[in-house]
Amino acid sequence: MSGVATPTIREPSALELDRRVFRRRQSKRSVLIALASTVAFAVIVWATVFNTPGWADVQRSFFDPATFVESIPRVWEGFLINLQVLGFSVITVGLFATALALLRTLRGPVFFPLRALAAGYTDVFRGIPLIIILFLVGFGVPALLNIRIPLVVLGTAAITITYGAYVSEVIRAGIEAVHPSQRLAARALGLSYARTMRLVVMPQALRKMTPALMNDFVAMQKDVGLISVIGAVDAVRAAQIETALAFNFTPYIVAALLFVLLAIPTIRLADWYTARLRRREQTGSLL
Amino acid sequence: MTAPSRTVAPGTALLEAHDLWKSFGDREVLRGVSLDLSAHEVVAVIGASGSGKSTLLRCLNLLEPIDDGQILLGGEDISDPRVDADRVRARFGAVFQNYNLFPHLSVLDNVTLASRVVRRIPRREAERRGMELLDRIGLVDKAREHPDRLSGGQQQRTAIVRAIATDPEVLLLDEITSALDPELVAEVLDLVRSFAVDGMTILMATHEMAFARDVADRVVFLDAGRILEQGTPAQIFGEPREPRTREFLARFTA
Repeated sequence: MSGVATPTIREPSALELDRRVFRRRQSKRSVLIALASTVAFAVIVWATVFNTPGWADVQRSFFDPATFVESIPRVWEGFLINLQVLGFSVITVGLFATALALLRTLRGPVFFPLRALAAGYTDVFRGIPLIIILFLVGFGVPALLNIRIPLVVLGTAAITITYGAYVSEVIRAGIEAVHPSQRLAARALGLSYARTMRLVVMPQALRKMTPALMNDFVAMQKDVGLISVIGAVDAVRAAQIETALAFNFTPYIVAALLFVLLAIPTIRLADWYTARLRRREQTGSLL
Repeated sequence: MTAPSRTVAPGTALLEAHDLWKSFGDREVLRGVSLDLSAHEVVAVIGASGSGKSTLLRCLNLLEPIDDGQILLGGEDISDPRVDADRVRARFGAVFQNYNLFPHLSVLDNVTLASRVVRRIPRREAERRGMELLDRIGLVDKAREHPDRLSGGQQQRTAIVRAIATDPEVLLLDEITSALDPELVAEVLDLVRSFAVDGMTILMATHEMAFARDVADRVVFLDAGRILEQGTPAQIFGEPREPRTREFLARFTA
């Protein structure tokens, strides 16, 4: 830029001040409208749900304060198992999915079998319900090897098999969404294929796929609750046990709340991250 | 064919900008720019990169909100937050440096999209007019192709007729030849010239000094967010008053 402009301290014109007053009034009006519609919505919910004849019974069996408090320690203990599986799965899914995606982007006839294998894998394992994979892995693998394997490991393996297939497709789409001219530019600079991928393509691909990856991550956070079907006493199974003991469904609500609390920070983080990227790469306003 | 669809009383400007201010963060890009444009006038805005040319154009058709100032189009205050910005933008035609054609649409659909969707002209009629425009730029046989298959010059000419297709009152051209190969520049400028001859009102930010001298009625020199001087091409290129202008022009004629 030629001739750097020195910031001028100046008073906005009367016209601009008028416009600001108008915009402020508009935004105040939007807030009021939002408020009014929220109140109206709350009234409708109250009238249609809380006012129904069965609500008292539902409240007693699903929202019982005493049972709620009593079941927290057990459900929380189970929830820690979910967290373990989730923590391991994030790493294994990440590695496995990236490897699958890279296999599918390899060019050249030599790599045909690898490409075909990766493509076939994603086709098959995206098609099979996670719960079936859990049964197959959870009961099949220990029988096959005839050893005891910790349920956390089996759960992680099953989730990796299924989510690896999903996430690899997201990564592949992200890689392919980076404009080919970027590869040309990197290769022209003398970067190898691997370095081009690592230093130029992947960082850009990662930005494009962040929202989709976060979406899969949130889905995975909830699906770790399915490991209860292979016998793990996780949050869901613990809640089930507590429910049977108390003759009351409130423990399920406790488990649900824990999963929601786990998901919210991730969702907010993803929103914040994508907003930040957009701000950094774009000057001027978004229309 | 391209006479403005709305006419303004003689003597008044079609587009008037008064004291426009615009900052990005703490970087002031426009510092009190005032500019009038009469109907059928062709005005070239010149200046170094970063002098605010593009921002000025984008503020005029409300792609960028201004921090202060006023913009009148045909006497109507379009900087008033009460006006519908989409309706205002439809009265402008805009062409960008990097063409910005829609890659998922055919050449003909690119040209007719706004006519059909914004101006609600029936497809058949919009396409008849679109083909006329494509004929004018010699791309009738590319009508069903996608823009990626065209050369840069062909893409930019398509972008120009896309902007023209809705009969805008003012055409804004933002350095439309800067991304083109030198041998493709002429075909794009010839097209602009033909629309200028037709009486189109044009405001263009450009680095093509020869073209500005040849086609523009008036040349405006923008420096660090201010209009430093303006006048006829003969005046600006022949005997610039300001040392900054001389310095800038010297770099182009060196």
